[in-house]
Amino acid sequence: MSWETIIGLEIHVQLATATKAFCGCANRYGDEPNTNVCPVCLGLPGALPVANRKAVELGLRLALALGCTIHERSIWARKNYFYPDLPKGYQISQFDRPLATGGVLPVRLKDGTLKNVGITRLHLEEDAGKSFHGEGDDGASYIDLNRCGVPLAEIVSEPDLRSPEEAWAYMKALRRLVVQLGVCDGNLEEGNLRCDANLSVRKIGETGFRTRREIKNLNSFKFLRQALEYERDHQIAVYEGGGTIEQATLLFDSARGETFVMRSKEEAHDYRYFPEPDLPPLLVVDACVAHTRGALPELPWQMHARFVEQYGLSDYDAGVLTDNAALAAYFEQVAALGDAKQAANWVTGDLAALLKERALEIEQCPIAPASLAEMIKLIEQGTISGKIAKDVLTAMANGEGSPALIVAQKGLRQISDEGALAVLIDETLAESPEQLAQFRAGKDKLFGYFVGQVMKKTQGQANPQEVNRLLREKLNG
Amino acid sequence: MSVTIEQVERIAHLAKLTFSQEEKEKFTAQFNQILEYVETLNTLDLSGVEPMHHVWEVTNVFREDVEQPSLSTDETLANAPNRKMDYFSVPKVIG
Repeated sequence: MSWETIIGLEIHVQLATATKAFCGCANRYGDEPNTNVCPVCLGLPGALPVANRKAVELGLRLALALGCTIHERSIWARKNYFYPDLPKGYQISQFDRPLATGGVLPVRLKDGTLKNVGITRLHLEEDAGKSFHGEGDDGASYIDLNRCGVPLAEIVSEPDLRSPEEAWAYMKALRRLVVQLGVCDGNLEEGNLRCDANLSVRKIGETGFRTRREIKNLNSFKFLRQALEYERDHQIAVYEGGGTIEQATLLFDSARGETFVMRSKEEAHDYRYFPEPDLPPLLVVDACVAHTRGALPELPWQMHARFVEQYGLSDYDAGVLTDNAALAAYFEQVAALGDAKQAANWVTGDLAALLKERALEIEQCPIAPASLAEMIKLIEQGTISGKIAKDVLTAMANGEGSPALIVAQKGLRQISDEGALAVLIDETLAESPEQLAQFRAGKDKLFGYFVGQVMKKTQGQANPQEVNRLLREKLNG
Repeated sequence: MSVTIEQVERIAHLAKLTFSQEEKEKFTAQFNQILEYVETLNTLDLSGVEPMHHVWEVTNVFREDVEQPSLSTDETLANAPNRKMDYFSVPKVIG
C-alpha cells in the first residue's frame, strides 16, 4: 500500500524596514548584543507601541503579490506565552482578523510543471529576541533582544504540498518573490526566512487528513527537506508497524538528521489571544490597495511566462534565468542585442560555469552584456566558431578587451575560405592513406576522423560546417 | 458557565505560578463571581452587533520608518537579575 505525504508550511518573513515594528529601534542584523533595545522592546511599564507604516506597506505588497484578499479592517492581537526572549510575556500578532487571507503562490516544480499552492492567510507580527543556549561556562541561556520587535509577515500555506521536494520548491519560490518585491532581504543565514512545517501522511485514496506533527524552526532549504523526509518516513514506519501518531511539536536535530519531540499534545500552548488594546485597528482602504497593486513589479512567474513567450525559451531555461533577478536582467540586456536563444545558451551555460569557477555572482560578472552579445554576433557571422568562442569568452573575462579585438589579436578568425580549406583537406587525406583506404572500403565512421584532423591542423579555427561540406564533396565526388 | 479548580490549575500553569490548595479554591470562587457578573450581558439581545475591539474609533496610527535612539546597553540590562557580558543571563531554557 502506498502512502501520500501532506505538507503545509508557515513561513516567517522578516520585513526589510529600517526600524522595528512598533518602536524606532534599528532593525539591523549583526549589531552588538542588546544595543537596539528600548522600553517598548523591554515591555517596561507605560511603554506604548506605535505601528511602523513601512512594515504594513511591505506586508500589504506581499499579500497582493500572493493574490490575497485584503481585509479592510484588521486587528492586532496579543499571543500570550512565557519565554525569556519575549519580555512582554506576549507577542503582538494578528489572530482572527488578519491583514489578508486566501491567496496563491505559483511554484515551478522539478518536472517543469507549475503548481498553484494555496495561501491560507498572511498576518503581521513581531519577532522575539534571540537565545543562546549553554554556550558559556555557566550553562545558562543568554538573551539578545536586538531582534525583539522586528516586523514579520507570517504566510500560512494550505496543506497542498505533496512531498519534501515540493515544500522545498515552495520555500524557494517564496524567497524569490519576497526578494523581487523588496519586502525581505531573503538571507537565510541571517534568519530572514524561517519555516515551521506541518506534515502528515495518509494512504492513497483516503480523503480526510490523519494527525499531523509540526516541525519548528527549519531555517535552511537543506534542513527543511531533510527534516520532512525523515518525518515522512518515520510516520509511515509507525503506521506500517501498527502504531499511531500523536499530535506533537518537533525540533530537527540537523547533526543527527532526525526530528525529536519538543512538546507533546498535553503540553501544547494555549496562547489566550485577545485584541491588543494598545494598538488601534488597521484600516486599508480600496484606494491604498489599488495604489499598491499598481506599483507591484513584474512577479517571478509572470517573468517566467514572458521569457517563454517573448524569447521562445524552454521552461527549463526560463526557470534558470528567472530564478535570480540580476541574472534575468543580464540575460535581457544580451538578448536585446541579438539572438535570444543563443543569449540564453551562453548565459546559462558557459558564462554560468565561468562565474561558478571564479566564485562570482552575476552582479560581479567581468563581461558586460553588450560584449557577450557582440561575441554571439561574431559566431552568427561565421567569424569565429562556437568552440573558439569559449576561448574568447575566457579572454574577455580576463579583461583582454572586446571580442573583436581578442579575435584579431590572437588570430582566432575562423577559416571559411574554400580554397584554403581545400588545401588543408588534400593535405590531410594525403597524410592518412590507411584511413582513406578503410573509408573507401566502407568504414563510414572515419569521416569524423578526417574532420577532426582538419580542425586540429587549424587549432580549431576551421569552420566546421564548411569542412564537413567540402570533405563530403571531395570523398563522394 | 462555571470554572472548575482544574481550569484554575491550568491557568496557573500557563502563567507559571504555583498556589496552595486554599488559594486555588479561593480563586475558583472569585473567577466564578466575575464570570457571573459579566454574564449579565447575556440578558441583552446582541445578535447582529459587531464585537468591539477598541473603545475609540481610531484607526491607522503610524510612525514613520525612521530610526530613533535606543537605550544604552547598560540601561537595557539595568533590571536584569543576571547579566553575562552584554547579554541577559537566564536559567537554561530549551524548546
